[in-house]
Amino acid sequence: MRIPYSWLTEWVSVAWSAQELGSRLTMAGLELEALEPAAPVFSGVVVAEILAAEKHPQADKLRVCRVSTGKGEPLQIVCGAPNARAGLKSALAVLGATLPGDLTIKAAKLRGVESAGMLCSAKELGLAEASGGILELPSDAPAGEDLREYLALDDLVLELNITPNRGDAMSIIGVARDVAALSGGKLTGPAARKGQGSRPTAVLRDAFGVYVDSPSGCPKFVGRVIRGVNNKLPSPVWMRERLRRAGVRSISPVVDVTNYVMLELGQPMHAYDLAKLTGEIRVRFGRAGETITLLDGKVVEVQPDVLLITDSSGPVGIAGIMGGQRTAVGAETTDVFFEAAYFSPDTVIGRALRWGLTTDASQRFERGVDPSQQERAVERATELLLAMAGGEGGPATIQKSKEHLPARAEVTLRRKQLARLLGAAFDDARVRASLEGLQMRVEPTAEGWRVVPPPHRFDIAIEADLIEEVARIIGYQEISEADAQVPQRFGSLPSARPPEREMLQALALRGYHEAITYAFVDPQLQGRLFPELAAIALANPIASDLSVMRVSLWPGLLKAALENQHRQQDRIRLFEHGARFVATGAAAGTAGPIREVDTLAGIACGQRLPEQWGLPREMRAPVDFFDIKGDVETLLAATGARAEFTFEPQALSCLHPGRAARLLRKGEPVGWLGELHPSLVKALDFTYPPMLFELDVEAALWVERSAYREVSRFPQVRRDLAVVVDESVALSSLTERVTFTASSLLRDLRVFDVYRGPGVEAGRKSVALGLIFQDISRTLTEDAVAALMADVVADLRVSLNAKIRE
Amino acid sequence: MQDLTSLVSEALGEVAACADLAALDEARVRWLGKKGTLTEQLKSLGGLPAAERPAAGQRINEAKEHVQAAIEARREALAREEVERELAAGRIDVTLPGRGERRGGLHPVTLARLRMEEILRGAGFEVATGPEIEDDFHNFEALNFPPNHPARAMHDTFYFSDGRLLRTHTSPVQIRAMLSKGAPIAIVAPGRVYRCDSDMTHSPMFHQIEGLKVDEDISFANMKAALHGFLQAFFERDLAMRLRPSYFPFTEPSAEVDMSCVFCEGKGCRTCKHTGWLEIAGCGMVHPNVLLASGVDAERYTGYAWGMGIDRLAMLRYGVSDLRLFFESDLRFLEQFQAV
Repeated sequence: MRIPYSWLTEWVSVAWSAQELGSRLTMAGLELEALEPAAPVFSGVVVAEILAAEKHPQADKLRVCRVSTGKGEPLQIVCGAPNARAGLKSALAVLGATLPGDLTIKAAKLRGVESAGMLCSAKELGLAEASGGILELPSDAPAGEDLREYLALDDLVLELNITPNRGDAMSIIGVARDVAALSGGKLTGPAARKGQGSRPTAVLRDAFGVYVDSPSGCPKFVGRVIRGVNNKLPSPVWMRERLRRAGVRSISPVVDVTNYVMLELGQPMHAYDLAKLTGEIRVRFGRAGETITLLDGKVVEVQPDVLLITDSSGPVGIAGIMGGQRTAVGAETTDVFFEAAYFSPDTVIGRALRWGLTTDASQRFERGVDPSQQERAVERATELLLAMAGGEGGPATIQKSKEHLPARAEVTLRRKQLARLLGAAFDDARVRASLEGLQMRVEPTAEGWRVVPPPHRFDIAIEADLIEEVARIIGYQEISEADAQVPQRFGSLPSARPPEREMLQALALRGYHEAITYAFVDPQLQGRLFPELAAIALANPIASDLSVMRVSLWPGLLKAALENQHRQQDRIRLFEHGARFVATGAAAGTAGPIREVDTLAGIACGQRLPEQWGLPREMRAPVDFFDIKGDVETLLAATGARAEFTFEPQALSCLHPGRAARLLRKGEPVGWLGELHPSLVKALDFTYPPMLFELDVEAALWVERSAYREVSRFPQVRRDLAVVVDESVALSSLTERVTFTASSLLRDLRVFDVYRGPGVEAGRKSVALGLIFQDISRTLTEDAVAALMADVVADLRVSLNAKIRE
Repeated sequence: MQDLTSLVSEALGEVAACADLAALDEARVRWLGKKGTLTEQLKSLGGLPAAERPAAGQRINEAKEHVQAAIEARREALAREEVERELAAGRIDVTLPGRGERRGGLHPVTLARLRMEEILRGAGFEVATGPEIEDDFHNFEALNFPPNHPARAMHDTFYFSDGRLLRTHTSPVQIRAMLSKGAPIAIVAPGRVYRCDSDMTHSPMFHQIEGLKVDEDISFANMKAALHGFLQAFFERDLAMRLRPSYFPFTEPSAEVDMSCVFCEGKGCRTCKHTGWLEIAGCGMVHPNVLLASGVDAERYTGYAWGMGIDRLAMLRYGVSDLRLFFESDLRFLEQFQAV
């Protein structure tokens, strides 16, 4: 909301500067967002009268003017504006004047004719975005007066951020009320201007019929006929200036007046061209299929919950939102019908947005307009219009349904609750003064006060609302900080939940950087990776490639990795911790439970280790499955239950079918890891195939508290074994057999080589195992170990068709 | 018997000339071995008169001991030299980089969040979480947003076709926590939130952290103290804080929280738009309607709630000027956050 300081101080007497006023308002909840000058800096511009304007001898579009500044000889000014004419009062930048944009006016010759200054347009003075010609000032403007003084341009505009609860503050009078409450100043009302109030506003007899079919939606409608208006004139410069400073464009006297009254009193108004209205005004709800062409030319279809203003030919406006084109006021309009109504917020709320509209009117009606001010608004508009554009007014037509008008209920404020909620006690007198300053009716009781808020306040319904008002007016800064005095309460710290920082640091220590990617991803990429999974689609995504919720963190990580690859990173390790969204049961996009799975996922591609000196050749290779498996195993080890995990070869469409594993904990699937499918590596244009992992944090990483097991004091014995088995035999089957057969005396089993090649038949592999035996209560004898080894060998021969390599 | 003095001096000369342990051993054998020159001298004792023999024998033994000592000394010297040589040969360039993996790091937003959680846990708040896909009840209705209320327009909400939505703030966790645990309660709820808004200073996804404390007689003054204490702890400095009235449907009274600018100490700079203040959080006393919707007795209990942007605090803490950098996963950016 843009509030010109000069306009505001016409409504309230206050000694504060604009700056001071702004910070006081900020600290009272009407936040000052900007304080801007009403006009950019310029000097040496005066009111001047064009005495004569003749065609330039050398140029068709230029005129040579004789211009008077009220004293001395008239000046010769060359001007290119089409409206430069004899008799016009305008703005003259005299020699030495400086204009916005660091322009200094010097004597110049224009096509051979001397010019001693420049006649200025509003645009050249920084008073408008565009102008059709030089500034037109009223004929009574005193020639020679400095333009800044004449137009009171040394004014400031307060740009206030009005919160949605304070519809009452969306006007000059509304802000003035808060200023009065804060400063103790008096509300003074509008200053009288020449011509205003000098003529009776109701001399005509003709009223226009108004019928309200839906008094709950429109409890009050005030209308008035005005005839004989000259709407072709420009509005007076003072009004144009005020509208401009408030951010509203001047259109015509009739439209300007309605906007002016809305800005001043907060009451949105509408003016109909009386000649275009047929029959009578009827306020009713829309009918199915009914359409209206709005002022801005947009055709909208209304619904039965949309309140309309209609005449006998159909809708002429949507109540509280925008008028219709058919009865719009134009330059030729001479007779108008003013409307100032109270539409209930419920009737307006949410409607405008259906058509993508937010209007000054809808914003105010949605938040609540003072239901007591319609007559005043019409009166004010009439008075202004008659003074500006002539004409005569008829009597006001008032349709009012008292039972539907909002009534302000009494709210009780308890002294004790005020002190309890704020943690500060204030004098009764201060509390009362704060509320009365806001025009509340306050009646003391034994426990506190009974308060009736004024009609313009829609946000005072409960005690806490009053407490806020008191605190706001007294000032939050007067409430001192105080520590809460509550009993010591201990929270829980479940040891099964993996400490997040540890979990993330484990990956960081293995070279991964944490990424945070959007939870909505590209449906194309995700569909390609997970064709079998249904994703939940957003109804209003910001972009088509951010339109479905991720079913995995991989789409985001793959995209991040690709972008890094494009930024010439050749070694990428990223992880992310966040939710993925799994639609369960129902199909995509429809209702059905959505499981949000707390997920930890990672991607690695490029070299196994950062480029460095002294690495053996096999370490200078791109990362492979076993590298990320090692990373995952580090995470699994932190659960204290490494043995509960198994890796099962399984296919997932986005992974290399021979290099993918499902991670199981106690047989339950808890994650995936593998190499991106070669077709995707190619399609996405990865230089190196990315390795991926993804774990369900809760299912996979819950922690089992470590428990001490006795350490054996007896020596351990190691026996190595090279076993040749078919390629199809998974290491897990091999170790399972060995562990099973070797009994509990086997303390550790290591795989220290896997060999294929000369000496081993094709289709077979040789696996080198190190078996470490140890007993808790005695030293193992050679014989005992030899017997165990014999059992192991015999079992492997039978169960896995293994050959023992000597 | 040869002249012992000249023999000894000859032996000592040879010992001193030995360049390695092998040569030294040879010299030892030559002079002191079974057939060594000095040992041989003892054999000549027989040719001396008996009375002279003990003295001569002693002289020979003394000569042997003298040479033996010289050999020992030489051996030690040579051994030392050998070690020195080995050490010199084993010298490495300690300035070469260390081997193996290089450390990664946590995201700055995570670092900031974990720091906040830690500070608040210390102050008695428990960490609570809630779903990111929410329903209208938890995100709006229970938080006292009437349907279609203009306050909803401040939240540019992402919707799903079934009416569910992506939470626009972490406040729904308040409702869930109170519904499940009741009062008294002190929780902090960090997490991702979403608004369909994207430009220089807005991301469609960002992070909030929400604090809620409900107990008997919790006051606005308590909220002020808690927020001020938290901000000072997070930024590790004395800073000024002010609350100014604002509006949130779920708190009454409500306030915006400003803290003195951490870049200019409140003097005014570009970051604070020359006001000396940074808007850092929203807060207020939990609205009775919210307590009611959460099954908490609004007469018995009062409470405060506050919410702030984790990303914003991370930006201030690490001097990051553009919010979007957080979500671009650029390794050149992420690598700057190795410090724990």
